Parts: sequence; C-alpha cells; structure tokens
Amino acid sequence: MSRVRADEEEYWHSSKFRAFTFDDEDDELSQLKESKRAVNSLRDIVDDEDDDLERVSWSGEPVGSISWSIKETASGSTSSLDGRDSSLQKGSSSYAALPKPASSYSLSSLFKGRNKLSSFQSLSDALTDTGVKNYAPELRRPKAEYKDYSSDWSPKDTVRRMQRGKVCSLERFRSLQDKLVLLDEAVAGHDGNVITAVLIFLKRTLRREILFRELEVRQVALCHLIHFLREMGEQKFLLDLLRFLDRTEEVALSQYREHLNIQDVEKRREFLKGCIGLPFSAEDTSHIQDHYTLLERQIIIEANDRQLEMAGQSELFRKYPRKASILNMPLVTTLFYSCFYHYTEAEGMFSSPTNLKKTFKIPDKQYVLTALAARAKLRAWGDVDALLTTKNWLGYTKKKAPIGFHRVVEILQRNNAPVQVLQEYVRLVEDVETRLNLATKYKCHDVVIETYRDLKDRIQLTAYKCKVERGSAEEEKINSILSNMVRNTYS
Amino acid sequence: QAIVWDEYLTGPFGLIAQYSLLKEHEVEKMFTLKPGRLPPADVKNIIFFVRPKLELMDIITDNVLREDRGRSPQRDFHILFVPRRSLLCEQWLKEQGVLGSFIHREQYSLDLIPFDGDLLSMESEGAFKECYLESDQTSLYHAAKGLMTLQALYGTIPQIFGKGDCARHVANMMIRMKREFPGSQNSIFPVFDTLLLLDRNVDLLTPLATQLTYEGLIDEIYGIQNTYVKLPPEKFAPKKQGEGGKDLPTEPKKLQLNSAEELYAEIRDKNFNAVGSVLSKKAKIISAAFEERHHAKTVGEIKQFVSQLPHMQAARSSLANHTSIAELIKDITTSEDFFDNLTVEQEFMSGIDTDKVNNYIEDCIAQKHPLIKILRLVCLQSVCNSGLKQKVLDHYKREILQTYGYEHILTLNNLEKAGLLKPQTGGRNNYPTIRKTLRLWMDDVNEQNPNDISYVYSGYAPLSVRLAQLLARPGWRSIEEVLKMLPGPHFEERQQLPTGLQKKRQHGENRVTLVFFLGGVTYAEIAALRFLSQMEDGGTEYIIATTKLINGTTWIKSLMEKLEPAPF
Repeated sequence: MSRVRADEEEYWHSSKFRAFTFDDEDDELSQLKESKRAVNSLRDIVDDEDDDLERVSWSGEPVGSISWSIKETASGSTSSLDGRDSSLQKGSSSYAALPKPASSYSLSSLFKGRNKLSSFQSLSDALTDTGVKNYAPELRRPKAEYKDYSSDWSPKDTVRRMQRGKVCSLERFRSLQDKLVLLDEAVAGHDGNVITAVLIFLKRTLRREILFRELEVRQVALCHLIHFLREMGEQKFLLDLLRFLDRTEEVALSQYREHLNIQDVEKRREFLKGCIGLPFSAEDTSHIQDHYTLLERQIIIEANDRQLEMAGQSELFRKYPRKASILNMPLVTTLFYSCFYHYTEAEGMFSSPTNLKKTFKIPDKQYVLTALAARAKLRAWGDVDALLTTKNWLGYTKKKAPIGFHRVVEILQRNNAPVQVLQEYVRLVEDVETRLNLATKYKCHDVVIETYRDLKDRIQLTAYKCKVERGSAEEEKINSILSNMVRNTYS
Repeated sequence: QAIVWDEYLTGPFGLIAQYSLLKEHEVEKMFTLKPGRLPPADVKNIIFFVRPKLELMDIITDNVLREDRGRSPQRDFHILFVPRRSLLCEQWLKEQGVLGSFIHREQYSLDLIPFDGDLLSMESEGAFKECYLESDQTSLYHAAKGLMTLQALYGTIPQIFGKGDCARHVANMMIRMKREFPGSQNSIFPVFDTLLLLDRNVDLLTPLATQLTYEGLIDEIYGIQNTYVKLPPEKFAPKKQGEGGKDLPTEPKKLQLNSAEELYAEIRDKNFNAVGSVLSKKAKIISAAFEERHHAKTVGEIKQFVSQLPHMQAARSSLANHTSIAELIKDITTSEDFFDNLTVEQEFMSGIDTDKVNNYIEDCIAQKHPLIKILRLVCLQSVCNSGLKQKVLDHYKREILQTYGYEHILTLNNLEKAGLLKPQTGGRNNYPTIRKTLRLWMDDVNEQNPNDISYVYSGYAPLSVRLAQLLARPGWRSIEEVLKMLPGPHFEERQQLPTGLQKKRQHGENRVTLVFFLGGVTYAEIAALRFLSQMEDGGTEYIIATTKLINGTTWIKSLMEKLEPAPF
C-alpha cells in the first residue's frame, strides 16, 4: 500500500511547467548561474584552505558547540579528549565571534555605556543568569538553605517563595478558607507551576464536590487542573470534573481521544462503539459513527484477506502482495484498497467499493478519482473505460469524467498506459490548448493532427510533420490533410 | 560530573555556552537523553538537563531504574529543569517511584535567548497552545519576568502599549512585579522608549501565509532551528577537478545563519525575487577583487593582496553557499504547485472568493497533499472571511476526515478553539474593513526596491507590523474602529521615571521600540520591522522579542493533537 501511495504522491508533485512570478525569469536564472560560475572559477585560485575558514565540521556543527561535543565525548575515550582539548579552545574563540547587528541599533550597541567589550556575550550572561544559577549549579549547598520549612509564611509569601523555586510546605493551610486564599494568591501570580502545585495539594486534601464547586468560580485555576489531569492521564477524575461543569462536548471529545491509546483493534472497535452515544455536536456525531463503522469493516476485510493471501489461491494477492494491513487506515485509503483487491464484488459484500461508497456517502468525484488510480495501477484499461462511460435511457453511451479528462490522462499516463488508451481520453479533453499540450507531450499523434485539422492550421500541421516518423501512417495522414486543405482553399 | 542533555536544549544552549566553558566547570562527559541504560562513565554526579515535559520524565525514569545499583561508587542523580522547574513533572516522577533518586532538583531560568543583534526569543514552543487552548499563562509569566530582567539591564521602559488579552496580562504582571519589588527601580538611563506587546491571536492571518523573504523561504522549506538550517547536501558537494562525482556526501549540510555573515545580513530580509541580482553583483565584485592579483606588481601590493585574502575567501565561500541555497529554493518556487498555492493564498488575502469551497484546496485533499498544508489554507480562508459559512466548513471537515483519518477531528477541534477555523457568526465579515483601513493588500508592490512592508509577502502587509507602524505614526487613535474589531483590549500604560532619567530628545533622533510578540513571530514579520527601522524618515528603530520563532507549519503542528503514542 505504502509504495502505491508514494508513487501517487510523486506523480502529483511532478509539474509540467514552471510558473513562479519572476519578472524576467531568464535574466534572474542567468544571474544565479553567473554567480555560480564566478564562484566555481574562483575555486581554482584558492582551493586549499577551504575548510579551515569556518571552524565547522562537515555536519556543520561548529567545533566546540555543545551538540558537537556530546557526540565526541559519547564516542571518544578520555585520552583522545585531552588531545583535542587545545583545539577546542582555539575553535571556541572563533565561534563566539559577535554577530553583527542588522539594524543600526542593536542590543549590543545599546549596551555601550556599561561594557565596551563583547557586550553581546555579557547580555546573554546577564539575561540567563538572573542571579540564581550559574552553568554549574552549586550542588552541595547546605540542606537547611535548600529546604525551608520555617513555618509562618503567609499565603502571599508562600506563593512568592514558590515562584522563586523554593520548596514550601503547604500542609499548614488547614481550613478551606486558608486553602482558597492560597489558591487565589497563586492564580494572581500567574505562575502555572505554582498554581499546579497548589492544585495538587487541594486535590489531595479536599473532597471532590467541594473542589469542583470552588473551581467553577475560578476559571484560571480550573483550566490548570484540567490540563494537569489530561497530562497525568487521570481520565476518570477529568471526566467527573467535566460532567460536573456540564461541559458535555468536551467530555465526549476527551473520552474519544482515549481510543488512540488502545492498540488491540477489537477493543478499539468496542470502545468506539461506546463513543457513538456521547454528546458530540450533531456534525461530529456522524463522523464518530463513521469512524466506528469503518473500523468494523476493516476488521472483517482484514480477516478475510489475510486468509486469502495465506492460502495463496487468489492470483491477485499472489501477484500484488499486500504491503500493510488495512486496519486503522483512512476511509479514502480503504476505498483505494477495495478498488484494488475487491473491485468486481457485488454491492452486498462489505469489501466492495460500491458498498463503501454508499455507506459513507463518498462523493462521485472522490470515488472516480480513487477507483481510477487503483484500476490504472492494475492496468485494467477495460475497467477504466467502463468507469468513465455512462449510458442514457436510450442505450446511447457517453464518456463522462467528474474530475475532468485532463486529470484522467495524467493518472493513466502515470501508470504507463499505452498510447492507444491514452489518446482516447486526450481526445476528450475539452479545452483545445490543454488537449494539444497533453497530446504533444504524450505523443498522441492522431489527436494532434486531428486538432490542427479542425483548427485549419496549416502552418502547425506542416511543422508537426517532422515530429512523426518518416513514412509512417501519421505522415501520410498529414500529407493527405494538407493536400485536401489546399484543394478546399482553391475550389 | 556528566551531563545528560535533552537534545532540544543543545540548540539554545549552543547559542550561549561552549563546551570548553562547561569543561572548566568539571563536566567530564555529555550524553544525549535516550531510553535504556546510561552509558558508563567514571563520574560521581549525573545531571539531567531537560525541559519540563512528561515524555522526557519517562525516559529519565527508565534511565534511573536501569542504573546498576550494585556498582561502586554509586552515582548520584540530579535534575535541572530548563527553563523552569515543574511540579507536574516532579509529581510524575514521584508516581513512577523515582523522585527520591534525585538529590537535587533545580531550575535553570532561561527567559530570553539572544538570536541576533536585534532579536530575542524565549524558544518556548508550546506558548501559543498553552495560552489559547489550555488557558495556561505560565509562558506569559516568564515573558513578564524576562521583560523585568531586560528593564533591569536597559532601564525602565516609560511607555507600554498593547493589544490583546495576553498583552494585557503581561502588562499587569509587570506592573505588579514592579510594585512587589520596589528595589527593582533602577537608575539606568532608559534605552527603550516604548514597549509594544502584541498577541498572536490579534493577527492569526500572517503566519498562515507563505513567507517570501529569503530567510522566510529558507525557514518555510527547510526549517531554521536555533539559527541553524540543514540542507540537502547535493548542491554543496565540493567540486574539485579530476575527481568528478566521487562519493557525494549524504549527510545534510548544516549552516549557521545570522547577521555576522555580511552577505546574509544583506539578503536575509529581501524578497526572494531580489536576491538573485545581489548575488550576481557580489560575484562580479569578488571576481574583480581576485583579478587584482595580476596587477599587483610590487612586494607591497602583493602583501596587501595577501592580507585581504582571508576576508575574500570568507566572502567567496559565503557567496557559494548562498548561491546554492538560492538555487535550491528557486527549484521550489518555480514549481507549478508552489505557484498554485501562492495564487490561492493571495486571492484569499485580497478578499477574492473566500466564502465558497475552493477548488484548489479540494484538489489538494484529493491528491493527499500533506495535511498541514491543507490546514494552513483552510485556516487562512477562514481567517480572511471572519469564519467560514457552516456549509463550507462542514464540507472541508468531511473531506479532511475521510481522506486523512477520523481521529483528526481532535485537531480540527483544537483549531476551532484557537479561533483559526470557525463558523461565521452573525453572518458578518469584518475582514474587508480591516484590510482596507490597515491597507493590508497592496497591488503595486515593489519587490526589488520596496517602499512598503508588503514586499515581504509580495502584496500582503503583515497586520501585526502594520499595527506597530501605525502606532509610531500617526498613533492608534486614528484606527480605533478597526482595533475594536480585532480581539482583546488595547491599552496604554506609563511607568514613571525619575526626572533625571527622562530623555530629552534631540531633533531627528530615533525612538527605540521593543516589540514583543506573545505566541510567536515569523521571519517575514521580523524582516518587515527591520525594513521600518531602516526607513530614512521612519523615526523609529525596532528590537524584537518573542516567545518562539514560528512559521505556519510549525505553528499549526504545535496545535495538532499528537496522534501517535509517545515512542516510549
């Protein structure tokens, strides 16, 4: 499957003409070429010290940067490290060169008054070292300084201390009143980390109903708790909370999200089934229903096809072994699969394309596009023809393509359709210019010749003669048309 | 001691510290954080440098649990959270039963990291999602703290303007912090005249559009991370004579991009269509400079030539790199699909056919283009129409779910919550009024010699930057009506300065404004602000700060539901 898709992508990305709005494109391109040429010619003059200029290893990591040295120390032994050390020092000095400001004003020039040298570095130092930490934290600080339980902090002070990264005991806040004051202080500080810390404390020490009730009037804190529960995967608690708040759609989505964590398909299907009744918006409900139905189908198809493939009886599966299982694939991919392996099945079968089309109300355009790609891949030109043929009630047949025949031609061409097949559809492209373009590109001589004939374009027709083989039927055709035209002009 | 790094952090840390510096602090070894047993190392202390993320806690738990208890000497574990200690994570570790194994748990507060001479970023990837989806304002708290630090260094900023709910919050926090720490009043002559706080959700449109500056396109196509970009190696193969086509490098080429490189500083903010001519001019200059050697006759002349050689070689290699990058980008910008995509974007932004199902988007879905591309376009259409008609929205949703999988309903829901994708309410579309009043769409755009910021998107002038521009002149009072249409309050605060520090402006002297984007900023917006700084009669210079450097793709990605379970 995956290869099929990759092929398709490649196909769609291939372009037939260039179109970006460069004012004078040729000039632009030649300018690039020119500078390229100049660069190359200069190489001859100065070729040796090429790599010494910027102290950058091939991967581009500046020597001496952190990510570079990680690799180095991870692989190198200690002895080689010592040897490298001196070069590291050298390298770093060139690397730390000051970037020049783009605007005439720059942070470094702003810094003039205080520090004339290397102000840029000093800025970064100053910014990052906000008086708390250095690169190597003092790891051996006395315990007393680190943990501070000295009791009598007010809620405000407690929050402020926590904001500065100190550990504070919250256990002293016993009454509901105290706890809420603490929470409000934390919220007023806007530091999510502290808010979360207080919430964890409240969650542990308050009854659910009380916590929910109080949070309902504290939206900011509420959002933080929801985020916390979601991250921690406390699904049940989260759903209780959302239900309490009557946020039903969120409950539904949050529950639905859970299916992503279920690996077993049977269990996942069961779970999705349970999601159908959840209070989604009307539009989403139908999508969830479709999701369930699709997985249900895929399970049936997968079981069936795996057996078919293993038995080795089906020629189709033998010739084109499946690249991956169809489970959990999107609907359109499933449709492609079914058009590939189950095209001729009766509508009653779950795996038949027509059944899928009906069940999921797939639009005509999408269906034709997908079926066409699948049948062309199998080089089933007859199916392609049938797909694009409609019969009216008098029994006359007519070719119709909801996606436009130029698109049909592109898909067929991509699958290496023979010229005879291709030209039949090129002929049906309505826009004359597009038709001529496609016909010329894919060498559908008959179509080109006929189109020029209809346009009564002698000049182009004559010119086209050199594109066909000497002595071929096509050449003869051109000649006969040309002489006919002459006769018509004179008579 | 040994450090175990969260790989993501090595980027930002690389911008501020060198390995040699760490070595001075007795760091013996460094490893990348990954599941399994920790590599052997003859050290006493193992320090984990990590972001406060639960996935990472799981890996650490695994590391600790697999540690051989019998070994001697036993190793001690420490954990250092960047940028902030997280009780959520500690709670998690506690539930895994390993919290007790850590002797120290500390934080390394890293608020604003300098990215360039005029650019600071907090590199907090989740900021937008946290603020707008989860109502978690922690990142705003850090932004406010970062601004306090900045004021401690560069003086109190006398004027604060802002637009949006988050901007209001940050301003409130700053005022509160100032009140609570009266000692923070300093006697430094203020460098910044004005602080402008802007919510990303005031301008949801800009990041969705494809950036068309040189740097913006590099970011859109290859992704710039911590000023580094990884490029396909083919175009960078050293072509030496006589060994044609010998082993091509397969590792991506990694380059650092910042204004320290003269050439890059010159072209990074230009519209890509103007880059080619600069490169070719440079090529001629360098060629001419190298030609000089033929004219050098005297020893003195030769000596002078040689002394210039290193600089010339640097210029040459820089030119070679950017010519290659420009070629890579041109391959993409000249593709039919890029053109079609851009056409649709520009139609939406100029207000054409935003109220019906778009053919190109439908085709892209049918052809299974990457989902993020689809979401960017659909969201862009929604934003440019003040929400989609219910019928149109339902149609897109159905097609997306059928083609990419029903589970994406979760992502669509997130986008709806963030206001990026929504049904039109009240049947009113405000966008045309906003577009006209703020002149967001300019038909006569000059890409080569721009006279307006709209050059960065070849026609569309980023709303956020327009707001900054209009604030400087003639002031927001002139656009009150439009400001009311955009979400969130707009406000002005003043911070009193002691009389001695008040600036007496000389005539013609530029004002300096710090623009802080809460929720992320794109390279194209930065380019537009730099353009304003450089305008001759502009009168204002801009310094830019943000929670994260983003583009449409990384931004939408941050809002998508993680569908695969964590690899661990």
